[in-house]
Amino acid sequence: MSDIKPRDPAILDARERGADYLVRRHYFRWTEALPWLIAIACFFLFPNRMTFGNQVLIMVMFALSLDLILGYAGVVTLGHAAFFGVGAYTVALASLRLGWSEPISGLIAGGLLAGIVGAAVGWFIVRYRGLTLLMLTIAFAAMLQESGNLRSDLTGGYDGLPGLMFDPLLGYFQYDLYGHTNYWYVLVVLAVVFYFVRRIVYSPFGQVLTGIRENVRRMHAIGSPVHRRLVTVYAISAAIAGVAGALFTQTNAYVTLTVFDFDNSAKVMVMLILGGTGRLYGPFLGAAVYMILEDYFSKLSPTFWQLGIGLLLVLAVLFARRGLLGLAEDARGWFAAKERDKERRSSAPRRLVWKREHWTALGSSALDGAIIGFIAGFAINMKQIELMTAFVTGMPARALTFTLIGAGIGAGINAIYLLITSRTSVEEQAS
Amino acid sequence: MPHFAIIAVSILFDGLAYAMFLFITAVGLSVTMGLMGFVNLAHGAFAMAGGFIVVSLTRSYGVGFIPSLIIASVLIGLISARFERRLYRRLYKATDLEQVLLTIGLAFMAIAIFTYFYGPIPKSVPLPDWLEGSVNLGFRAFPTYRAFLIALGAVLIAVLWYGFEMTNIGAKIRAAVDNRSMAESVGINVDRLFTLTFAVGSGLAALGGGLAIQLFGLTPSFAVLYLVLFLIVVAVGGLGSLKGTLLAALVIGIIDTGGKYAFPVAGNLFIYAITAIVLLYKPTGFFGRE
Amino acid sequence: MRMLRWAGLAALALTVGATAAQAETVKIGVVLPFSGANADLGHQIDKAFDLYIKLHAKDIAPHKVEIIKRDEGPPTGAVAKTVTTELITNDKVQILAGFVFSPSAIALAPVVTQAKVPMVIANAGTAWITNLSPYYVRLSFSMWHPAYPMGAYAYDKIGCKTAAVAYTDFPPGKDSVLAFTTGFEKAGGKITLSIPMGSPVQVPDFTPFLQRVKDAHPDCLYAFIPSGAHATGIMKAYGELGLRKAGVKLIGPMDLIPDNKLQDMGDAAIGTIVMGHYAVDLDNAANKAFQKEWHQAYGKDSYPDFMSAAGWDTMHAIFDTIKKLNGKVDDGAKFVDAMKGWSADGPRGHVMIDPATRDIVQDEHAMEVIRKPDGKLGEKIVGTTKAVKDECKVLKLGRCGS
Repeated sequence: MSDIKPRDPAILDARERGADYLVRRHYFRWTEALPWLIAIACFFLFPNRMTFGNQVLIMVMFALSLDLILGYAGVVTLGHAAFFGVGAYTVALASLRLGWSEPISGLIAGGLLAGIVGAAVGWFIVRYRGLTLLMLTIAFAAMLQESGNLRSDLTGGYDGLPGLMFDPLLGYFQYDLYGHTNYWYVLVVLAVVFYFVRRIVYSPFGQVLTGIRENVRRMHAIGSPVHRRLVTVYAISAAIAGVAGALFTQTNAYVTLTVFDFDNSAKVMVMLILGGTGRLYGPFLGAAVYMILEDYFSKLSPTFWQLGIGLLLVLAVLFARRGLLGLAEDARGWFAAKERDKERRSSAPRRLVWKREHWTALGSSALDGAIIGFIAGFAINMKQIELMTAFVTGMPARALTFTLIGAGIGAGINAIYLLITSRTSVEEQAS
Repeated sequence: MPHFAIIAVSILFDGLAYAMFLFITAVGLSVTMGLMGFVNLAHGAFAMAGGFIVVSLTRSYGVGFIPSLIIASVLIGLISARFERRLYRRLYKATDLEQVLLTIGLAFMAIAIFTYFYGPIPKSVPLPDWLEGSVNLGFRAFPTYRAFLIALGAVLIAVLWYGFEMTNIGAKIRAAVDNRSMAESVGINVDRLFTLTFAVGSGLAALGGGLAIQLFGLTPSFAVLYLVLFLIVVAVGGLGSLKGTLLAALVIGIIDTGGKYAFPVAGNLFIYAITAIVLLYKPTGFFGRE
Repeated sequence: MRMLRWAGLAALALTVGATAAQAETVKIGVVLPFSGANADLGHQIDKAFDLYIKLHAKDIAPHKVEIIKRDEGPPTGAVAKTVTTELITNDKVQILAGFVFSPSAIALAPVVTQAKVPMVIANAGTAWITNLSPYYVRLSFSMWHPAYPMGAYAYDKIGCKTAAVAYTDFPPGKDSVLAFTTGFEKAGGKITLSIPMGSPVQVPDFTPFLQRVKDAHPDCLYAFIPSGAHATGIMKAYGELGLRKAGVKLIGPMDLIPDNKLQDMGDAAIGTIVMGHYAVDLDNAANKAFQKEWHQAYGKDSYPDFMSAAGWDTMHAIFDTIKKLNGKVDDGAKFVDAMKGWSADGPRGHVMIDPATRDIVQDEHAMEVIRKPDGKLGEKIVGTTKAVKDECKVLKLGRCGS
């Protein structure tokens, strides 16, 4: 850093602003209270949905653990369910085989064991990246599951360990059908864990993680013990996943080998990306939105709800690139930009100038429309939807008709799109 | 023949057939991920779609099994080319995570849509007579269908090898995989190459899906059930490498079959163990690039 | 005169009003896997439910049923638990029906007991499930129902002195094999080989497993696989490896030959003998009527199977009990009591709920796959064991004894 004070007030201002930002980054903003207030409010607004609320909170914790390793440290793993499962089974086996059914100590034991396993595994695999790391994490979780099935006398296999008994919380609070006690239990544990994660993220250690994510070679170059840091955060992340798993067993009083499923790892990653990686509240938003929408869609259509979820994911990627939280930030920025542009935009009339590439675009859309039309014709033929096919009979004629209709619609939509978006004003054409 | 040799031949034969299925379906994914750097988790969905087209063609329209396979591959190839140009192209510059999200979303949608049209009951295809039954070589009966799979796989390997090594386009693809910017500066239209490779890869996946019906039955969930298996073959073989995918398919196919014969209790443990061992020692797979 | 007429009319109005006021709407929560890899199982049962309700709604008039359907989710138990708990607390259902996966039933036992809601199980087959809660009534089967009698039958009637067992490596598979082994060894047979065949999620390549069986030369192979794609897979592998020609007969529970997949199995299936409580070719009046209604509603290419038959009987039992209690189903314990001892002639033949265990008692038939005169594959009854109970609970083995 230079000692010469720059005389440009704009630069001075920016430096001060930067320093100020770094110092105040970790202060609590009032907006941070929102998710917790919402969670508390849900208890009073939806007292009958607390079992579901439990699952959402547990998923939030699971996604939070993944955020540490994936969002902040940039290590992409698809096997986090392994640690969730370790925590889950620790509590279950402790209760069943060792008769240890005190919940809070069970929780800590589950987290601890998952953390140790995480450190051990992490030590080996954290040096890899990309597809290699992905497959290694998948393989580890799958091997744990298969080994569990091998010793199904211990683990109960895919039918699991039922009838687990847990002591009342703190010796006093009993579990009930509506899951009320469980909800507060999980919420409090989540708050504690979150505080812990928040401290890590805003500490120098958290900065190291961000550095590793952004430019790992630079970190090596400045002498940061990258491997050790990564193993540490991997272990912490695994421990938190283990705590989530332990809570899962305790609130369900039941656990099966399916906790290790690849589906679970994939789902939590999807939730995290949806909410926004590398942000503290991304897991909250992503997990809540995903689970609520999944629940809503599966009530709407028990058979086809995956369409809704799939569509949500596709739209999220296309229009909300950095997750839903990123979308919020983008929205703010977009409004600000519109304000700025208002002055600069000319008031000259705008019209569409037809160019060669517009023809190609139209043709492309027509082709897409034709394909969709063909498939629609095929599908309508399959489902024998009478109303729509009365005017044309026989598969080939049907397919042709719908193909042509599709091509027309495709071209038409694109033409309208062009008319709306590609109009240029006289000045822009001249330039 | 001595007993041990019979078992060995058996395992080799069954493993080879399984490996051929893995190769045919996964090679498209390997080339796509190696060439385009695009994580396409909807690959399984293309395979599933191909399978269902074969089912419809053979059952509802009376087309033969082999012609159906060809039609399905071509159709899915064309449709995937449109997907690539319209949707995937926007996300080449995006992060891996976003590609994962998009393609998983597409896979989910595909499952729901195909469940709507075909229902969840597993489907099978009527095979032509010459594919049913088995060839009896005295010491063991070899199922004709699996022999067909091996033969078809061999032919495809030869065609693909020829295409990759001996043709102009193959050279261009290899160049683009090696060093994209250099290839572009030499005047290779990498974009069009992408579309072509993606179409061929997805077409092969559709072929694999059609072939799999006889082996595993077909439900809409096929799109995600075997996805991890394909990813394993791709990762162990090395992205973008034909040789690698073939070797990985062979290793996994044969060791898995042998493992299931000798130690059935272990279940799928062998596949995951191989994956871990290979990747720990050679992170980019057998023939991947550093 | 006028007074009398008015009085008469008033009395009539009162009675009509009174009967109308008595009409109850019974809420039934149906929990089945509607999506995912096992959606086909859920759909077979759901179709049977819908069909019965449509055809027999008038049986319980003036009462009505309101069905709320929820996806059971994957076989982890967690989704089923959430979904069912909400059916009970939110939607206030009075009866629960469905449940294909054993883990769902296992997870829900404490919930259902605490909430005092009867749960009528239409599939989940682990033997000791009915012991988990006094509110569980099972209309489908336990793994022991078909497997245990098969043991004795295989030794005595089929002539298997040695047998190999192969099973998908999850609890229903192990349960079924244990049941068969108990029966088989009791009759004097010997199990020479036991092969677990991978996880239930993906259909594996059955060839290495069956090759191992072939090399061991047992008289018979008892195979358990989840009904569905696995069944076709194993049958094809059995045919391709020429196991029948090598002298290894294929036997198993009816999961081996689900009716809606039988036609696809081809010649390889001919000669297979299974022990089951339902087949499309079962010759009784109720089944003939059931088939006719099924084909009329779902098309001639659609077949019911043992799960559909169980689903049909489930609704039948529920409806009969609603009628018996005259629509007053709020007391769960009373509902379960009223269901105990229920019996009827269903597509499976004569079935009964055992009052002691709340499990089903049904006839098990040994059935051989043959090619019928019309060219289609069918099943011929070659032996029947009447009124089979769940032997695991009779013998009080392991968890069944609790």
